[in-house]
Order: sequence, then C-alpha cells, then structure tokens
Amino acid sequence: MIWETFVLALRAIRRNVLRSFLTILGIVIGVAAVITMVTLGDGATEQVRADISSLGSNMLQVRPGQGFRGPGGVRIPSERFKISDAQAIEREIAGLEAVAPTANRSAQAIIGNRNWPTSVMGSTNDYLTVRDWPLEHGRVFTEGELQSGRAVCILGTTVVKELFGDQDPLGAFIRLDRLSCQVVGVLSSKGQSSFGQDQDNTVLVPLKALQRRIAGNTDVEAVMVSAMEGVSTEALREDIERLMRERRRIAQGRDDDFHVRDMEEIVSALTSTTRVLTALLGAVAAVSLLVGGIGIMNIMLVSVTERTREIGTRLAIGAREKEVLMQFLIEAVVLSSLGGIFGIALGLGAAALGAHLLGVPFVFNAGIVILAFVFSASVGVVFGFFPARQAARMDPIEALRHE
Amino acid sequence: MNDQAPESINGALIRLEGITKVYGSGPAAVHALKGVDLKIDKGEFVAVMGPSGSGKSTCMNILGCLDTPTAGAYRFKGADAGALSRDQRALLRRNFLGFVFQGFNLLSRTSALENVELPLIYRGVPARERHAMARDALHAVGLTGWELHTPAELSGGQQQRVAIARAMVIEPEVLMADEPTGNLDSTRSREIMELLCSFNRDRGVTIVMVTHDAGMAGYAGRIIRFLDGLIDSEEPGGGCRP
Repeated sequence: MIWETFVLALRAIRRNVLRSFLTILGIVIGVAAVITMVTLGDGATEQVRADISSLGSNMLQVRPGQGFRGPGGVRIPSERFKISDAQAIEREIAGLEAVAPTANRSAQAIIGNRNWPTSVMGSTNDYLTVRDWPLEHGRVFTEGELQSGRAVCILGTTVVKELFGDQDPLGAFIRLDRLSCQVVGVLSSKGQSSFGQDQDNTVLVPLKALQRRIAGNTDVEAVMVSAMEGVSTEALREDIERLMRERRRIAQGRDDDFHVRDMEEIVSALTSTTRVLTALLGAVAAVSLLVGGIGIMNIMLVSVTERTREIGTRLAIGAREKEVLMQFLIEAVVLSSLGGIFGIALGLGAAALGAHLLGVPFVFNAGIVILAFVFSASVGVVFGFFPARQAARMDPIEALRHE
Repeated sequence: MNDQAPESINGALIRLEGITKVYGSGPAAVHALKGVDLKIDKGEFVAVMGPSGSGKSTCMNILGCLDTPTAGAYRFKGADAGALSRDQRALLRRNFLGFVFQGFNLLSRTSALENVELPLIYRGVPARERHAMARDALHAVGLTGWELHTPAELSGGQQQRVAIARAMVIEPEVLMADEPTGNLDSTRSREIMELLCSFNRDRGVTIVMVTHDAGMAGYAGRIIRFLDGLIDSEEPGGGCRP
C-alpha cells in the first residue's frame, strides 16, 4: 500500500512537472544554501587548521606576561626570560623533543643597493626542530657559532629572492641594520600563515648575535618547545607552568606572570570563529527552508481543492481516512525530498566551485548532507499534514458533487 | 462488517425501516426523508425516480453507506449498517458496493486499466493479480484493447464502461448507479443499460439505479418513485429483455 501510494504520488507530481518544480524550488534553494555554506565553512576551518599545523607540530610557546591583556588592554609588566629559563626547561622537563629560546627584531636586510624589510629571529638550531622546518641547502649553525654569537645567518626564501634574485646566496655577506653577517644556509619555503603573514620573510641568526648586536640586551622573548611523539601537550604545559612558577617565585593563589600557549589552543580559537560564522550562515539558510515548506503547503492546499472529485471517488470506492491522508502526505514528502536531493546536488556543486575559487579545500560533510535530506523530508511531513488532513476529512457526498 | 454477516431470515439484502434524514436543526431543519421503508432482495434491479428534492439522492447516499440516517434502521445483509463509523462504512463500500456516477469520475491522466485497479489497490490485491482482474473487468465491458488509454482519449460511453468495470471488478453485492446515462446520448444510454442488464442477469448483481429517464427506468424490474421524502409509489418495470 505504501509503495502503491508512493508510485501514485510520483505520478501526481509528474502530471504537473512545471508546478512541481516551482513548488520545490524553495526547498532546493534552501538546502543548496545550507550545504554550500556549511561545506565552505568546513573547508575554511580545515584550511586554518592546516596552516596552523604548518607552524610546527606539538609546539608550545612560553612567554612572559599574561596571555590576555589586563583591563583597558594594558599589558601587565613582568620579568623577562633569560637563557637560563630555557636551559631550566630543557633540564627539568621530560618528554621534550627540542627547546628553542628565541628573540625577534625587525630589521632591514641590505646587500649592495638592495634593501628589504624583514624579521630577524635569534635562536638555536632547535628552532628548526621545533618548527619542523628543514633547510633547503647550506648548513645549520655550528656549536661554536652559537656559543660565540658569530654573525652568520640562515635566510628565508623570500629574503633570498628579494636580495639575491636567482643568485646563490651561500657565503655572501648581508647587512641586518648594523650587523654584517655571512649567509650559511637557506630555509625551505613554508608559504603564508593563516594570519596572512609571509613565513618565509625571515632571517635566522644565533640568539647571542641578535641579543648583543641588534637588540642590545640578554632577554629571551619566548621559549618554544616541541613535545616528543606521543607526549601530551596538556601534561607538558602543566609541567612547564609548575616549573616557571617555582623559578619566578609566584606564591600560591597568585596569577601566573607568564603564559604557555599551545597550538591546539590557537587552532580552537581560530576555528571556533569560523564555526560560529558557519552556524550563522546555516541558520539564515534554514529560514529559506521554512519558506520553502510554506510554498509546499500552499501548493498542496491548491492540489487538494483541485482534486476534490478524485478524493470523493476514492472515498466512495472505499478509501479510509488514513489512506487518503497518507496519499497526500506522501505526495508532500516526495516533493520536499526531491527538493532536498536536487538541493544537495546543487549545493555540493556550488560548494566545489566556491572552494575552487576561494582556494579552500572541499570538505565533504556527510553529516550535513544527511541532515539536510532528513530536514527537507520533515518539511514535507510538517507542511503536508494540514492539506492532507483536509483531504482525508472531506465528506464523500460533497466531494463527489464538487465541480 | 465482515463477510460472514448472516443473511436475514426473509432473504432481503437491504432493508430500510422508518429511515429519516434531517439536515440542520430547529426551524431551519430540512426533512429530506420522512420515514422510508424499503426492502430490496438479492438479484433485484431497482430504479429510483422522483423530482429533485424528493429525497431519492439522500436515500441513495444512505443505501450506499456514504451517509447515515438520522433515525430508523438500515440493515445490510442482516447487519446494522446505520450505526457504523466512517471507516467501517468505507470498508463496507470497499467490500460489497460498486459505484457508477453520472459524471464517470475517472482519474484523469490515468489509464483505464489503472482506474479499474483502484478499488483493488485499497483491497490490498497484489499487482499481478490486480492487472489480470482489471483486464478481465475491461473485457467484460467490451473495452479489450483500450486498457492503456486515458479518459481524455475515450468517448463518454467508453468512459462509463470503464467506470462500470471499476465498480464490477470487486464483484460487489450491490451496484449503486447514480444517473449512469445522464451524460450520454440515447444510443450510448441503451448500450450502457444493456451492459448493466447483462451483469444483473448473468452475475446476479443487485442494482439500484437513480434516473430521471422513464425509458431507462423501464429496464429495471421494479420502479420506486419518491415524493417529498417518502416513497410515493412502486410499480413493476419492464425488466431486461434478452
């Protein structure tokens, strides 16, 4: 009986193709909008996640000062880190792959008459391990260069391109503000970060060289550490926090005057933004599904009135109330489900195109596809019920007499 | 209502006793039927006549279980059919009654075969069996070869034959015909009447037919005339000539 009714519904829809199409257009557009929005949103989230993981896997950053600014956006002053802090972390904390003390300054990189603003990072070879950043060619710093703070540098690919063009930079001397240093290596390219920063516009020098010759102090701005494979960053973070509180003599109950950030935190902060946006856009799209449902109800009511005599005939030859109800309900559900299917196809197509144009990955979200389909079918049930009940409750005598 | 409903002792298939039907209430009430007594035996062919407003349509609706009487007893195959619920009446119609209407009432854009299958669908007959039964019914009304035509492609007479096939496919106890020739010319009308006669004669189906046309009523074995909500007169008809 259900199957018969289903076939019957399809036939009724086929009898009036244009009207059926216009009826489901609202649902098609609604579902397509939801699918496109959510799929593109997922793609953007995925993009952010991929970008951030390119910063370095299992990375933690330890910085003085609090993670969040105080009232009025004032950074609460706190004691700087020294190299000894990094050494203490390396000595005391288990499960670390590498510990890199870092300090950072912006400077003009100059060779001959070429001039390029860049960021100079002072650190050790461990920085490359932490950031999972291999050299393209040349060599890393030697132990001696690190100890003595010799003026040697490793260039990011952007700096190489701007200063040297196609020439080989190895062995050349460049100037970073007042510091003249020799190029010993070139980093591989990492591309843009999700913050829109060019990660390859950097020059790496031994920490001591930066401290003495550019910054003019012995501060360490941040200690970057990376966890060994299989070590939880959460546990590491707690260990580091305990150690730093001890070293900085922070009394029980007082707030930290330093901050340990792990990449997961940054990832979730960024992805939660895109997720909120996705949800909002999805909600807007869902409203159009509602409008589509009202369209279906409208057409079903017209259809019931038009087919009054048919309903009368069916009742006369022995159709029960629930059978007529089912017939029209199934017709509405078939209509709205068709709308859902077309909408899903259209939405996925639009999302694939949009992902291509926006340069984000196309992430197929089976959950939202199923949800959209179930939702569109439910729209049929909800908005088809009232017209179907009207059909089912007709008086057969009146219905047969209807012109 | 079930198939094993006992036949009444005197053999009457349909028995109306003191049937009244009142529409509305208070001073505006309309008394469509004012106490009708009627007995129809199995295998009879009864024509119902009368001017409009005489109550014949109301009586037909009650006989066809499309409507319920305000008061009085309606016994169908000995069972009380007057007190059935809406769904029970639907089941009774599905199993025992065939309907033929003046306006044919076929589903448009639906083939003759599918139209005839419709009551079988509600009876839950499997598709294969259903097709065979519908083909047989169309053959019996002389429409072999027209199975796949839609009503729009059939003449009025052919459409009424499809409607008769649809009514007969369930092998009903009673065929309720409401002015079956009202929309047809005289030649087609005679053909339809002869078809009804053949079913009455060969298959023993009881026929109750409303008509305005004395010529058509002449085919029946008994003619009942309604006037002002009561049966005014009864007379024997000419009956079906072989």
